[in-house]
Amino acid sequence: MQTIQDCLKERILIIDGAMGTMIQRHKLEEADYRGERFADWHTDVKGNNDLLSITQPGIITAIHKQYLDAGADIIETNTFSSTTIAQADYDMQAIAFEMNVASARCARAAADEYTAINPAKPRFVAGAIGPLNKTLSLSPDVNNPGYRAVTFDEVALAYTEQIKGLVEGGVDLLLIETIFDTLNAKAAIYAAKQFFRTHQRPELPIMISGTITDASGRTLSGQTLEAFYTSVMHANPLSIGLNCALGAADMRSHIEELSQIAVCYTSAYPNAGLPNAMGEYDEQPEETAHFIEEWAQEGFVNIVGGCCGTTPDHIRHIAEHVKKMAPRQLPVIETALA
Amino acid sequence: MSERIHIKPFLRLSGLEPLVVRPETNFVNVGERTNVTGSKKFARLIREGLYEEALSVARQQVENGAQVIDVNMDDALLDGEKAMVTFLNLLQSEPDIARIPVMIDSSKFSIIEAGLKCVQGKCIVNSISMKEGEDKFIEQAIICRSYGAAVIVMAFDEQGQADTMARKVAISQRAYTILTQQVGFPPQDIIFDLNVFAVATGLEEHNNYGVDFIEATRIIKQQYPLVKISGGVSNLSFSFRGNDHVREAMHAVFLYHAIRAGMDMGIVNAGQLVIYDEIEPTLRNLCEDVILNRNNDNNEATEKLIGFAETVRARGKETIRDESWRNEPVEKRLAHSLVNGITAYIDADTEEARLKYPRPLDVIEGPLMDGMNIVGDLFGAGKMFLPQVVKSARVMKKSVAVLTPYIEAEKEERRLAGTLGTESSSAAKILLATVKGDVHDIGKNIVGVVLGCNGYDIIDLGVMVSADKILDTAQKENVDIIGLSGLITPSLDEMVHIAHEMKRRNMQQPLLIGGATTSRMHTAVKIAPQYGNGVVHVLDASRSVTVAGSLLSNEQKPAFLGQVNEEYLKLADDFANKKTAKTFLRFAEARQNPAVINWAGYQPTIPGFTGTKTFAAYDLAAIARFIDWQPFFIAWEMHGKFPQLLSDPVIGTEATRLYEDARRLLEQLIAEQWLTAKGTIGFWKANRTAPDTVTLQQEEQPVHLEFLRQQAKKAAGQPNLSLADFIAPADAGYTDYIGAFSVTIQGIDTHIRRFEAQHDDYNKIILQALADRLAEAFAELLHERTRKEFWGYAANETLSNEDLIRENYQGIRPAPGYPACPDHTEKYKLFDLLGGEAQTGIHLTESLAMYPASSVCGWYIAHPDSKYFGLGKIDRDQLTDYARRKAMPPDTAEKWLRPVLE
Repeated sequence: MQTIQDCLKERILIIDGAMGTMIQRHKLEEADYRGERFADWHTDVKGNNDLLSITQPGIITAIHKQYLDAGADIIETNTFSSTTIAQADYDMQAIAFEMNVASARCARAAADEYTAINPAKPRFVAGAIGPLNKTLSLSPDVNNPGYRAVTFDEVALAYTEQIKGLVEGGVDLLLIETIFDTLNAKAAIYAAKQFFRTHQRPELPIMISGTITDASGRTLSGQTLEAFYTSVMHANPLSIGLNCALGAADMRSHIEELSQIAVCYTSAYPNAGLPNAMGEYDEQPEETAHFIEEWAQEGFVNIVGGCCGTTPDHIRHIAEHVKKMAPRQLPVIETALA
Repeated sequence: MSERIHIKPFLRLSGLEPLVVRPETNFVNVGERTNVTGSKKFARLIREGLYEEALSVARQQVENGAQVIDVNMDDALLDGEKAMVTFLNLLQSEPDIARIPVMIDSSKFSIIEAGLKCVQGKCIVNSISMKEGEDKFIEQAIICRSYGAAVIVMAFDEQGQADTMARKVAISQRAYTILTQQVGFPPQDIIFDLNVFAVATGLEEHNNYGVDFIEATRIIKQQYPLVKISGGVSNLSFSFRGNDHVREAMHAVFLYHAIRAGMDMGIVNAGQLVIYDEIEPTLRNLCEDVILNRNNDNNEATEKLIGFAETVRARGKETIRDESWRNEPVEKRLAHSLVNGITAYIDADTEEARLKYPRPLDVIEGPLMDGMNIVGDLFGAGKMFLPQVVKSARVMKKSVAVLTPYIEAEKEERRLAGTLGTESSSAAKILLATVKGDVHDIGKNIVGVVLGCNGYDIIDLGVMVSADKILDTAQKENVDIIGLSGLITPSLDEMVHIAHEMKRRNMQQPLLIGGATTSRMHTAVKIAPQYGNGVVHVLDASRSVTVAGSLLSNEQKPAFLGQVNEEYLKLADDFANKKTAKTFLRFAEARQNPAVINWAGYQPTIPGFTGTKTFAAYDLAAIARFIDWQPFFIAWEMHGKFPQLLSDPVIGTEATRLYEDARRLLEQLIAEQWLTAKGTIGFWKANRTAPDTVTLQQEEQPVHLEFLRQQAKKAAGQPNLSLADFIAPADAGYTDYIGAFSVTIQGIDTHIRRFEAQHDDYNKIILQALADRLAEAFAELLHERTRKEFWGYAANETLSNEDLIRENYQGIRPAPGYPACPDHTEKYKLFDLLGGEAQTGIHLTESLAMYPASSVCGWYIAHPDSKYFGLGKIDRDQLTDYARRKAMPPDTAEKWLRPVLE
């Protein structure tokens, strides 16, 4: 079977769209989130989407299949917040590891089913590693700029546990995504490298995806795009890219810049436009797809898909539009300065 | 799809912004003062826990040009890990410091690792070595790599520190092999510190240390061209402690030779570097002898340098500044700072005045305005010049920034007490804007600063501002005067439109018109008739003050406007009379009278390529050599020939100061790569296929360039020129060529914003003017390379910079929108041919101004008889023909060509 590296040489790969948007459609209530096992849990858990991989695995697997049906080559595990640090909001630190295993298994089963149907289009599972609700470069206390709510070691430990769970559940890749503080991402990279080294396992490919928060063209922690990329190059990632915060229209110039400086593959999965006054995303599938088609035409991208507000319909349109397009070619890495 | 991108193995570091060390970077300054072992002051601040103040040491390093900041907390009395973490965390919250990469410096690896956990950017670790053996070295290197840091490797092994050339080279070779083969380090992330040791200590065995370092550098760089070489330079002069004059000279001489041998970076006091060429020759020779170990038998050179050092010490180096004004009362001191543009004491003096006066606003309305009035008077009397006024404004803004929080607090208090709104602000408001479609704003910024200095409240809406936004804001803010600026010809129409709108909205404010393309005549004939409540053309920033003064004085205003009106009516009258007197040829006749060129006797040079070639980031240092400084001074309203104006009896001193400040900023922006020069050139087969049409052969389909022809009646024997005349006609029997170019200077915005945040209009305007100069210089450079190399039609040309400025070269590079071909819309074709916005990032506005503003484009024409000319006015029959050729609706063509229509 083809590896993801083989596929990337040949075509533009499609990554799936939003998980949250799809879960919302099920209009789940507190009791649905709890399931039987957590019926007596001492805090509210409604909104803890990652928990659903344990309590409602059928729903999560079905969403994965909708994206696979739409043409996604890569699906993301339902683990955006499955770390001991993020789960502390629900007092579920102790279950974080299990969430990763369960989510990875949902995605694995769905992907394997589709690969079996059409082995010429293998499907891959990316273990989603989110940004955390605590950040290493910024102080939450405006009067004390030197203060940090969390340490590098704590963050690295939380990510190590997540990575262990994802690997055990059988993911093909790790995807460090929605990075708004590069130092958090560096802790995730550190954790991943350390994990594979100490367990003497072959490294899984790492995809890295940062977030440019606004028109300043910088990350939330203040770095320019090139500075961000320079700071994570040592991960030797399979791909570098951008997701979230911006719609495709506003992401274009940044993905163009990235395509000029990245020595690896590039990825981009924007939101479905910007949220309207009601906080809803209303960019239509064909609109998103047109933007992304143009990026493909310009040779900016190797992996495309959607983030907040995108649906299987968006992914289907995107997949359709870039199907015949050549992927971005990797740059020539020179060995001499002059 | 574009061709494959090539990425070079540069050392890439980052803070909030990237630092790429390219071959042309020359030398990376690492700031050394945030080091407790090297700076007593910094050590004291850290020990006493005064971290805020310690940060200002870091900021000073950045301001003085440090490109990387070295942080060291190795002090027996400190908890080094804690101090490192505290300081680095604080530093991350200061964007002006955190923008550059950090070098984490410690002899304890635990402190280094603690530091690596605090920094999001790509750091340098200083340092690791093999002094405790290979295993430890490998372990530490792996850890550094897992945080993504580059490493400095000290030339140190189990036997000790390397002092000879041979040992330095051998240790580096061994470390290189381990790092690249066992740890997987990219070679460009390896930096060798080859140990700078003290020379001239009196011990002969130390005399060759400088040479050992320099020669080891040369050998290692030859063998491993991707690695970098560093060193702590100040060790070199250790035996001259206390004598900064000699130490600085030694450092400069050492760096001069070491950099030529391949040294890439060094830990230096960024504020204290002197320039090799500026060291007095005696001292320079003595330093050279000592460092290169020449003429140094029996310590002869050493003795001579020590002898020289003693004379310097006796004489003292500092020229005593006259600081007696510091003893004056605070009002006098504020005025002195304002008039002399001194920012050093302004914060403290402002605070003192604030405490002395009942209300913070009193400080502004009292001593500060008094000081600015002196500035205004001196400027009005021609005793101060624009650069000085802008510096004064910088001082004023900094002082106001100190007061603002108190004024706000006071307002808040009164708001709570319910007494706010009983008084109104006294300052008149002036709104300034560059009109829609236009991007140029240096002149407008200068006017804003000068008016601001004279006590007006300035609302600057920036560039590309729509008529509605200008007028809505004017009404909402109830401004007293509106000022419009524009540089390109389509802006003139926009100004007419705005004047018309002001009438429709029944507005009352007077309208000021300024900018390079505007004129008294155009204002009188086209703009003034649209609006009855006062339209005044303002020639330059100096005039703006008197004009604004007259318009805002109830007594003077009617008489002043009456006088302007009368003058404009007369101008409009003259214009109407002259118009009828001018005679045109019929267009058909003008076409019969083109330039006569012997095409049979001409053989065009074939360009080195056809199609386009793009320069993604051209070396700014190379471009800077082509700068024509004269227009830079014109931007500052300092007129005269360059360089003579530097020694002009009236403006010479100030011009020289401005020039030095500009050179300094230029050097910094080159060294720190603030800006990126992008350009595209292209050449195509072309022939003249109709009298005013040049047809380009391209792969897909031919492109027709349409030109305009002079139509005024000429003296006998004088041709009616069109640029098309300079391209061989199709029936010449051979193919001729035409070229095109576009260049731009990008990246200015963040630096402009930074200067604005620092209330530093002076450096902001210098930077804007420099960016314009660099764009022009880049165009000049590419034109030269085109003549000699890319097209090669004048391969043997040798011209001085002055010849270039006088345009004494063969061939021309006229720009669409300028005198020889004034139709801006031909820019669309030019940019299409050059690959569009994607190539250089130049964007065309609706008025066809290029954005970023520092951009230049044009055609290349090679024929020796080709020359620049002004089209002059054309008549209706040519307009009709031109519109037909371009398949453009006649009124669209008329709109674009209005400036050249009779």
